[in-house]
Amino acid sequence: MSDEKLKKTEKDWEENKYGKTVNRFGERKDEFKSDSGRTIKPLYTPLDLEDIDYEENINYPGQYPFTRGVYPTMYRSKFWTMRQYAGFGNAKETNQRFRYLLDQGQTGLSVAFDLPTQIGYDSDHPLARGEVGKVGVAIDTLADMEVLFDQIPLDEVSTSMTINSPASILLAMYMVVAEKQGVSPDKLAGTIQNDILKEYIARGTYIFPPEPSLRIITDIFDYCSKEMPRWNTISISGYHIREAGSDAVQELAFTIADGIEYVQAAVDIGMDVDQFAPRLSFFFNAQMDLFEEIAKFRAARRLWAEVMEERFNAKKDKSKMLRFHTQTAGSALTAQQPMNNIMRVTLQALSAVLGGTQSLHTNSYDEALGLPTEDSVKIALRTQQVLAHETGAADTIDPMAGSYYVESLTDKFVKEAKEYIDKIDELGGMAKAIEAGFVQREIQESAYQTQKKVENKEKVVVGVNKFTEEESKKAENLLKVNPEVEKHQINGLKKIKEKRDDKKVNKALEKVKKAAQSEDKNLMYPIIEAVKEYATIGEISDVLRDEYGEYEAKYI
Amino acid sequence: MEKKIKVLIAKPGLDGHDRGAKVIARGLKEAGMEVVYTGLRQTPEQIVRSAVQEDVDVIGLSILSGAHTYLFPEIMKRLKDANRDDIAVIAGGIIPEDDHTELKELGIKAVFQPGTPISDIVDFIKNEVN
Repeated sequence: MSDEKLKKTEKDWEENKYGKTVNRFGERKDEFKSDSGRTIKPLYTPLDLEDIDYEENINYPGQYPFTRGVYPTMYRSKFWTMRQYAGFGNAKETNQRFRYLLDQGQTGLSVAFDLPTQIGYDSDHPLARGEVGKVGVAIDTLADMEVLFDQIPLDEVSTSMTINSPASILLAMYMVVAEKQGVSPDKLAGTIQNDILKEYIARGTYIFPPEPSLRIITDIFDYCSKEMPRWNTISISGYHIREAGSDAVQELAFTIADGIEYVQAAVDIGMDVDQFAPRLSFFFNAQMDLFEEIAKFRAARRLWAEVMEERFNAKKDKSKMLRFHTQTAGSALTAQQPMNNIMRVTLQALSAVLGGTQSLHTNSYDEALGLPTEDSVKIALRTQQVLAHETGAADTIDPMAGSYYVESLTDKFVKEAKEYIDKIDELGGMAKAIEAGFVQREIQESAYQTQKKVENKEKVVVGVNKFTEEESKKAENLLKVNPEVEKHQINGLKKIKEKRDDKKVNKALEKVKKAAQSEDKNLMYPIIEAVKEYATIGEISDVLRDEYGEYEAKYI
Repeated sequence: MEKKIKVLIAKPGLDGHDRGAKVIARGLKEAGMEVVYTGLRQTPEQIVRSAVQEDVDVIGLSILSGAHTYLFPEIMKRLKDANRDDIAVIAGGIIPEDDHTELKELGIKAVFQPGTPISDIVDFIKNEVN
């Protein structure tokens, strides 16, 4: 059918069928809006795809701009990696949880570290009091990492570590543990988060100011491109930006803008883009608006491919492929009627699968109440297994392609995110935009508007502002971190410090300091040496704190 | 003119989640209160010092890391030591229900769960202060 004829038939439908019915019976709402506040039309048709060229903007899976997926076969070869984020208490307890999850059919590991570890404090630091082992596993030295991965063959699993400021230290430890298992660095697969910009924006576990932080990050890019070719050197994360309150387009735009800043930093120190870009990876949120989320994932792939080709002149296809991990939205979980969260997680996970994610974490239904139990974690994992094996969602590639609505949203998201990126360019790039408070302000505004919409019931949350119940059932058997864990961890640290050779430790730390002072040395090498001598995370971080100073957040 | 209620919104410990703290801070402001936000990574000592210096009526503690079992008693003790246990302390975040009784015994007036409307918190504060 020609466009002209379509325009006529569409108009005809709108006026004579749809319009007349609305006039007689009305609609549920005066205005239909998506989760991000965009107006939703009653119907999408081929006319909404007029500006979209299949080969240029969508194309085939595994082909630029990868809108339909980064690999030619996607889930027909292999499902996404089912990777549940876990960690609590000490290394021994977390090791047991990991082995439990692997026994249940999980296919990759994901380590949660406690806050002192993430901020570079040892467990005996005054600021660590009350925090040891709480939101993740406590790691002080290599000895803890040896226990954490005990009897887990590191050449067979891939491991993701949510660690940012001290990423190089934890990566060094992982590598040394693997070496002791007889696995060489080039065989290791996994990811470190290593994304400092979103820490300033949204997550809060920063240590150093942006400039030295970017240097630490590019040192890791450089090191891994030579020694650990299968390792994802960064996981550029929109997840926490979304959790902090952004909408889907902001999540997309700010994440890609962060990516641009990292690539630029590496190019600026003389690295060849095709040398490191293939190992960049991404991490997105899966929220409740099913179609917006699917469109966001598809738009992210296209946008990144275009950025890498047009802005950075990347040559290799792999440099242009946006591979990503997804986690379902923690902020969508409700404390009220917590079992409803199982359905929420299922739908969010479905959007990630239809969006072509490479790995997935599904939240447990009880996480608005505390740490998840073994049973609730199992349901979360089973949710992924049901999606994979029972629904057929993984049997054809990018099944939502061609949906007039999803294609039109995908295209719109790319364009709107580009407008944000232009704005950030005008401000001098992402680091500058963060310094100016632009990004934080945008997110805070969205967060507040969302809260208002929930309070005036414009946005319905089942069990919270509609279909509420007087007495919600109390959560049972929440996981409790053993209160003794802090004491045990500190004792263990003391023992390690007694056993190790302090002279060697000090010498190794001195080398870290020298490398920190010199622009042309790569910090990874001396950090690996220090880790081997059982230098603590706190000691190594302190050397860098002395050299680089600490970041101070400004509040807007 | 009636004196404005003054509230300190504080983030104790190393927890970096401050969406809730910021949304509440703005909501209380829009409800006519004067609000000071401490920013992240505050020690109990810093929080009590700010509360005393700013002479607030209420402290709102936001925490999602589970470290409340150590940090909250510290804060309450220091408030007492500073003879300012007249300041009403309320809390919110991810705080398991099992801990609520213990926190209330410490003198914490209310523990709000995720999903609480800001208007409930406003009402509670007004009631508490007047």
